[in-house]
Order: sequence, then C-alpha cells, then structure tokens
Amino acid sequence: MSKQIWAYIDHFKGEALTPSWEAVGAARMLAEKLGGEATAVVLGNGMDAVVQQAFAYGAEKVVLVDDPALADYRPEPYTDALVKAAGESAPAVILFPTTTRGRELAAMAGAALDAGVIADIIEMDVVDGQIVTTRPVYAGKLLAKAVAEGEPQIITLRVRAFAKPEPDASRSGEVVKVDAGLDESAVATKVVEYATTEGGVSLTEAAIIVSGGRGVSNNPDLTPPPDITDENEIEIWRGKQGFKLIGELAETLGAAVGASRAAVDAGYIPYDHQVGQTGKVVSPDLYIACGISGAIQHQAGMRNSKIIVAINTDPEAPIFKLARYGVVGDLWKIVPALNEAFKKKLGK
Amino acid sequence: MKIVVFVKVTPDTAATVKVDDSGNVTWGDAPLVLNPWDEYAVEAALQTKEAHGGSVTVVSMGDESALEAIRRALAMGCNDAIRIDDPALAEDDTLSTAKVLAAAVQKIGDVDMVFFGRQAIDGDTGLTPAQTARLLGWPYVGLVAAFRELDADGGTFTAERAIEEGRQVVASKLPAVVSVAKDYGEPRYPSFMGIRKAARAKVPVWSLADLGIEAPAVKVRLTQLMNPPKREVQCEFIEGETPEEIAEKLADKILAEKVL
Ligand SMILES: Cc1cc2nc3c(=O)[nH]c(=O)nc-3n(C[C@H](O)[C@H](O)[C@H](O)COP(=O)(O)OP(=O)(O)OC[C@H]3O[C@@H](n4cnc5c(N)ncnc54)[C@H](O)[C@@H]3O)c2cc1C
Ligand SMILES: Nc1ncnc2c1ncn2[C@@H]1O[C@H](COP(=O)(O)O)[C@@H](O)[C@H]1O
Repeated sequence: MSKQIWAYIDHFKGEALTPSWEAVGAARMLAEKLGGEATAVVLGNGMDAVVQQAFAYGAEKVVLVDDPALADYRPEPYTDALVKAAGESAPAVILFPTTTRGRELAAMAGAALDAGVIADIIEMDVVDGQIVTTRPVYAGKLLAKAVAEGEPQIITLRVRAFAKPEPDASRSGEVVKVDAGLDESAVATKVVEYATTEGGVSLTEAAIIVSGGRGVSNNPDLTPPPDITDENEIEIWRGKQGFKLIGELAETLGAAVGASRAAVDAGYIPYDHQVGQTGKVVSPDLYIACGISGAIQHQAGMRNSKIIVAINTDPEAPIFKLARYGVVGDLWKIVPALNEAFKKKLGK
Repeated sequence: MKIVVFVKVTPDTAATVKVDDSGNVTWGDAPLVLNPWDEYAVEAALQTKEAHGGSVTVVSMGDESALEAIRRALAMGCNDAIRIDDPALAEDDTLSTAKVLAAAVQKIGDVDMVFFGRQAIDGDTGLTPAQTARLLGWPYVGLVAAFRELDADGGTFTAERAIEEGRQVVASKLPAVVSVAKDYGEPRYPSFMGIRKAARAKVPVWSLADLGIEAPAVKVRLTQLMNPPKREVQCEFIEGETPEEIAEKLADKILAEKVL
C-alpha cells in the first residue's frame, strides 16, 4: 500500500477555510516526493460539499467521518474521530492548516497518537526520505529546521506559506467512510452558541492588508462632535475616524484591515485586528502601514509580507527599513488621495 | 477551587535574538521575562480564585532562570509555586513537556482548573496546553476570552473562545484545562508588597523522581538554527508637490508590482 499523506480540512460549520486547500496542495507535493497518496480528512456532519471540494483541490482520496457528534467543533470528539480513522489506515504524515482548530487538533492528535508535532512551518522538503521542515521561532527572529521521529508525523502549515492549488470541479475519487462510534452524551463540552463577527476579509488569510497605527488619530483639524468633551474620548473618536479612512482604502483594494497594538490599546479598533507578536501573524502580498512606527513586536507579525508600503510623517520611523515604497507625509492627506487614485485606476 | 497556572520564562519581546558563531541562541543582555501570553493566564487564574475562593499554584518547568517568570506570577498574586527541573529534561519537545506538566497536575492532586498561556514566544508552538489536556483526559477549552459563568460546586463553567469566526461559547465540566487569549483583559501589575513577598518566596523544585515518571521521549528535534536571510529592501521614497501627485505615483508603483 502506498503511503497515506493526510491533509486535515478545517471548516467552520461545514464551510472549509481556504488554508485547508493549501494543506491539500502540500500533501500532493509530499505524496509525489515520498511516493504516496494525498488524502483529505474530513470530519463533521453533512460534509458532502466539502468532500467534493477536497477532490477539486487535488485530493486523491477522502477519509470521511460524518457524525452528528461532530456537528459542533470540539477538540475531544474531533480528536477521537481522527484517532479512529488513523488507526484504520495508518497515515505516514498528517498535515493541518495552522488555524485555531487545526493547531489544537494537531496538538491533541499528537498526544493521542504519541507522535511528534511540528507547528507552523513555512517550508518543507524531503531529504533522504526524511521530511525536513523550516519554522520561524522567537517571533521570526530566527529560523529553525525541525524533524520528527516516527509515524505519523504531524505538521501544521503556516497560513499562506504554501500555494493554494487551482480547483478543478471535474475531479473525483474514492471516499473512505469511517464510523468513529462517537457518543455525544460522553462528550464533556457542549457548544452553547456562536457570536460571529461581521464578515470582512480574514486577516491571516488576506492577500492585501491596510493597517493603521497610533498615527491615525493625529488630525488636529478634525472637530469632534460637541457631546464628546473628554480628552480620552476625543482621541478615540479621532482614531475611529482615522480607521474609517483606512477602511475605505481597504474596501477599494479588497483588503483586510490591520492595526498596531497602540491603536488597539487606545481603543480605536478591536483587538481582532492587531498585527504583531501578541496579535496576528500575517504574510500578505501587500501590506500598507499607515501611521505605524514599526516597533519590533509589530514587525514580528508582518515582516514576511511580500511588498510593504509605509506612510509616516517621520522619515526616521523604523517601518521604512522594511518598506519597498515609502511616503513621508500625513496619512490624512495621502490615504484618501491613494484611495481616489486606486478607484480611478481599478475602475471602481 | 484548586487552580494551577503553567508559565514559561522567555526573552523579552524587544530582545535581539541571534544565533552566534557556535550555533547557540543569544539575546545579549536583554532581560528574561514571564512569557507575555502567560500574563493573561495568570490574570485569569487570579480572577477565578478571587471570584470563587481557593488558591493558585504557579508551575514552571525549567532551570533556575524560570524563577524570573515564577516570581513575577507570585508577585501578581499566586499563592505558591513549584519549579520542575531535572538533568534528564535537558532536551524537550511540546509532547514531552506536556507529559511532565500532566504528571505535575496529578501529583498536586484534586486540581479543578489548569490555566495555560496561548503560546510561548520562544518556540512559538502553542501546542502544550491541548496536549496536556489530552494526556489528563480532561476537557480543553482553548483561547478563552471570557468566562460567562463558573459553578465550582456543580463542577461546570461556560466560556467564550476567541476563534477566527468570532466567539464560540462552550459549556464544560470541571476539572478542565483552558488556555487564555489576550481578549481576556489586561494583566495586573504586581504590587510593591507582592514583589517583596515574591522575592523572599522559597520555590520548591520537583525532579522527575518526585513526579514518579521517567524522562519522556523527545520526538521533535531542531536540527539547525539560523539567522533569517537579511531582507535587503531599499525603500523608494515617493515624492511630489501634492498628495494627489504622490498618490498617483504610488498607486502606479504598486500596480506594477502585480500584487493586486
Ligand atoms: C509584550 C509586548 C507585546 C507587543 N505586541 C505588539 C503587537 O503584537 N503588535 C504591535 O503592533 N505592537 C506590539 N507591541 C507594542 C510595540 O512595542 C509598539 O508600542 C507599538 O507597535 C506602537 O504602535 P504604533 O506604531 O501605532 O505607535 P507609535 O510607535 O506611537 O507610532 C505612531 C507613528 O505614527 C506616525 N504618525 C503620527 N501622525 C501621523 C500622521 N498624521 N500621518 C502619518 N504618520 C503619522 C508617527 O511618526 C509614528 O511613527 C508590544 C509591546 C510589548 C511590550
Ligand atoms: N516549560 C514550561 N513550563 C511550564 N509551562 C509551560 C512550559 N512550556 C510551555 N508552557 C505553557 O504552555 C503554553 C504554550 O506553550 P508552547 O506550546 O510551548 O507554545 C505556555 O504559554 C505556558 O503556559
């Protein structure tokens, strides 16, 4: 039997997350190098559409556990299902996208299968039959080569580090259904409800990000409404106006909105948007930093962006050391002008 | 409530971390600190104790430098501390660490809740909390942003998890393992009294023999550490008479990069 190279398909209530397809692409690459079969692993309830998508993105086979106890993601039944399926076909490698659920399941599966887990890799190669991975450590200040002993080898892939394959809806393959014999009444956690945030482009998956820092509130010409008198409230109001500008440019570009910690801490924008060491690590094709100085902790989150553009009044700001293009100027003037320029050029 | 919080010591976020000529990791004279994510875990553990009574024990596995993290957690208000150290632990990976931490929870005994940080900012793996939960066979609620309720006597709690899509609200039984997200809220600063008490505290050291386990096998190895390739970017400054002119030029430059 050829080696089974598994890619775990992360989904939210039956909708697959894009990084899952990056994992399928990586599984195909490994399958070619190791001589194996790229297999997508789908766990959930009512997953037929996701199974079809997995084939379209290049899976040669799908292992499916479809069970009412998997309707809501919880790590315990999902790990149990994964362990049962792994017991039946002994995968050599299990890849996960490094999403919240992917990381958690990889960890749990590693503990359950007594297997090594390598988290959040950005590269992988096969050397003498051994998978050699590269992963950033110390917030990307260093890179480490990491290898795991034994089987299965469990590896999580940094979002956007591996290419997403082109889908082809005409592809199909064998579906191996596994009955995991799950018992909902034995699961110690229950999902009470979801409070989902307003759509928008997900920061980690975004190809383009427009980010704002403390500088977005710096517009003395802006007159706050008369009912806001508190200094602090005025600053927050100013910051929010600044993020409106950022948001407009982001909308024109189909981009996600990011922020520095200073902007988040000051209350201009929720923490979900924070980029950096204690926020999200992103690697878009284009990162436009507006009014962000570029502190080392911010860099930790965005250093791997392909093209960085910085707009800042201070020519000495460290962000310019990372930037491909820079404008020394007031974001309140540049950002709206840039938005208009793009609207015109992109025909919007 | 008997609460345990696991913490790790890490170089400060502002440290310049490098691989030196002999292949060792150095961070000059940058200070060692309580892993920033663990500050949130300590805060959540302390608030849980303050609301429901009981005690918080801070536990760290590591050499004497781990005391930096332990003392900070004590100064914030943890009741007591344990350091786990053993020559046989010179090498570790997350699973071997989780096995040691799970054994520590068993040895402490009657623990109701175990708190973890989201990830350690040196190794950046974020695997240990879920692995420890699985080894204990306890429910795991990761990335807790808030507790909605906690019934210590009934042995249940409800928490909001921060996930990509927003919040997942989960009800769970105790004992349980949680990791804490930054959304939980700012960690407190240690008080002057707290710092003094922490400085004087004697921290017992447990060996593997004390835990009654052998050194767990290590399966993941870092075979090479490298300074990342230098990003040789030369910033091209876009200038012009008016914002419109600058914006025009900048938009053209960006479009020419074909990243849109
Ligand atoms: C443990 C720890 C973790 C951290 N984690 C993170 C993290 O995850 N992410 C993060 O971002 N930070 C993080 N930080 C904070 C970091 O050290 C910086 O304080 C923060 O990034 C600064 O944000 P900023 O660049 O928006 O603000 P500032 O440094 O205040 O910079 C504002 C910039 O705006 C410019 N500016 C002002 N007005 C204008 C204008 N009108 N037009 C254009 N430019 C203008 C200024 O020249 C300045 O460069 C962390 C810090 C610590 C200690
Ligand atoms: N050596 C250790 N001692 C105690 N707790 C640890 C140790 N290593 C990791 N942890 C805990 O596990 C969390 C995740 O760490 P990691 O999986 O290494 O990213 C940390 O935030 C700590 O709460």
